[in-house]
Amino acid sequence: MFLIRCPWCGERAETEFSYGGEGEISRPLDPDALNDAEWADYLFLRSNPRGAHKELWNHSQGCRRWFGVNRDTVSYKIDSTYPLHASEEDGQ
Amino acid sequence: MKRYSALSLVRNALGSNKQWDRAWRSPEPKRKYDVVIVGGGGHGLATAYYLAKEHGVRNIAVLEKGWIGGGNTGRNTTIVRSNYLWTESSLLYEKSLQLWEDLSQELNYNVMFSQRGVYNLGHSLQDMRDIERRVSANRLNGIDAVVVDTAQIKQAIPLINTSATARYPILGASYQARGGVARHDAVAWGFARAADDYGVDIIEQCEVTGLNRDNGRIKGVETTRGRIEADKVGVVVAGNASVLATMAGLRFPVESHPLQAFVSEPMKPVLDTVVMSNAVHGYISQSDKGELVIGAGIDAYNGYGQRGSFHTIEHAMAAIIELFPMFSRVRMLRMWGGIVDVCPDACPIVSKTPVAGLYFNCGWGTGGFKATPGSGWAFAHTIAEDRPHELNAAFDLERFTTGALIDEHGAAGVAH
Repeated sequence: MFLIRCPWCGERAETEFSYGGEGEISRPLDPDALNDAEWADYLFLRSNPRGAHKELWNHSQGCRRWFGVNRDTVSYKIDSTYPLHASEEDGQ
Repeated sequence: MKRYSALSLVRNALGSNKQWDRAWRSPEPKRKYDVVIVGGGGHGLATAYYLAKEHGVRNIAVLEKGWIGGGNTGRNTTIVRSNYLWTESSLLYEKSLQLWEDLSQELNYNVMFSQRGVYNLGHSLQDMRDIERRVSANRLNGIDAVVVDTAQIKQAIPLINTSATARYPILGASYQARGGVARHDAVAWGFARAADDYGVDIIEQCEVTGLNRDNGRIKGVETTRGRIEADKVGVVVAGNASVLATMAGLRFPVESHPLQAFVSEPMKPVLDTVVMSNAVHGYISQSDKGELVIGAGIDAYNGYGQRGSFHTIEHAMAAIIELFPMFSRVRMLRMWGGIVDVCPDACPIVSKTPVAGLYFNCGWGTGGFKATPGSGWAFAHTIAEDRPHELNAAFDLERFTTGALIDEHGAAGVAH
């Protein structure tokens, strides 16, 4: 069981959260310009590293906001959590 | 290889069991092989075995970073069945089931394959509709399957709670009589011994650290025991597929997750079949030793740590107690986690890759054990012929680009 620090609510048990998969995958800005291989990369291909991983979590049983987590996929240690957008950092 | 038989048991018993041969050799790696298989789990050893037996390839090495039977092969809940929904997957798993049926004789090794039947429970009207559909699809594909009602379930499994007032009442099930369980590590040992008999070098404690390529073609592997050249390399490393793919400069559509299982203290026989429920999310059988073997779903997060979160176990246990209230007083003995690599469509990849001579067999997710012989059989064909067999042609890497996914996720009504 992880203890995850929600940027807004503080440390809570893992059961309050939902996992959102690999983070920092940008939605294509011009979808019509993508070929099949680029769509495959965006939709399906993942880095799935053994070690440091940037990922998304949602505080689904709390404030219901998404945020980023830096976690190690071997030790499972969470190094840091952070709001996804700079504008959120002041708690807006 | 000295064959195991009743006579050999007697002879060795008279010799105080000191004259048994090693089941497989422990050779030093050679400089070069025709085919190198990375990963000495059940699938990798089966691949080497069928490469030697069906395709006449003799110069083969299987490289295992740990020891034989120490990875996912020894960490699963040993359920074997072939009642998948879609034709592509059901035919591949059915091939595997047919191989299971003769495996002990073929390998001269008792893999304790026990066709005790598999129930997949339905708890809602929609569950039952999905079960009817899947059973019909199975029968069209020549796979044994029947729909059974609550009374039939209660008769076959007296301990199960079929009360209509249960939180998730049991409305019926699909039943595959030819499904069952097998002794998981015996499968790895049996394939290892039989492959070794064909001259396959099984090299343990040998981790692959790099895939050598030249001009888009595989040249061999770098290992912790030195460089090994190879004409062809087949990678069968389950949860570590992405790690190996990265070594070849490839990105894969798999994510690695912990999958946990646990066993109870041994008890007298109480459950002589396999019960699975996707709705309450748990599955259970009883081993020949008497332990209840229980599993559930994956932990949602990516992980390579061979352990998961406690609440996942709690969830699985709640599901089992929902089905079998009597088991609430059974003590659990041990639990563990394996690392499974899951594809977006919950179907495997048994495929060539953009690198010539490099093949991947991965993405079996939570249900790879049942496929062990069939997976090895199809992958051996893919490597030997440099093209997939028709049974695994649909399971290529390209499907994530073409969009021809095999959406087995949930469609089978069973996740494992």
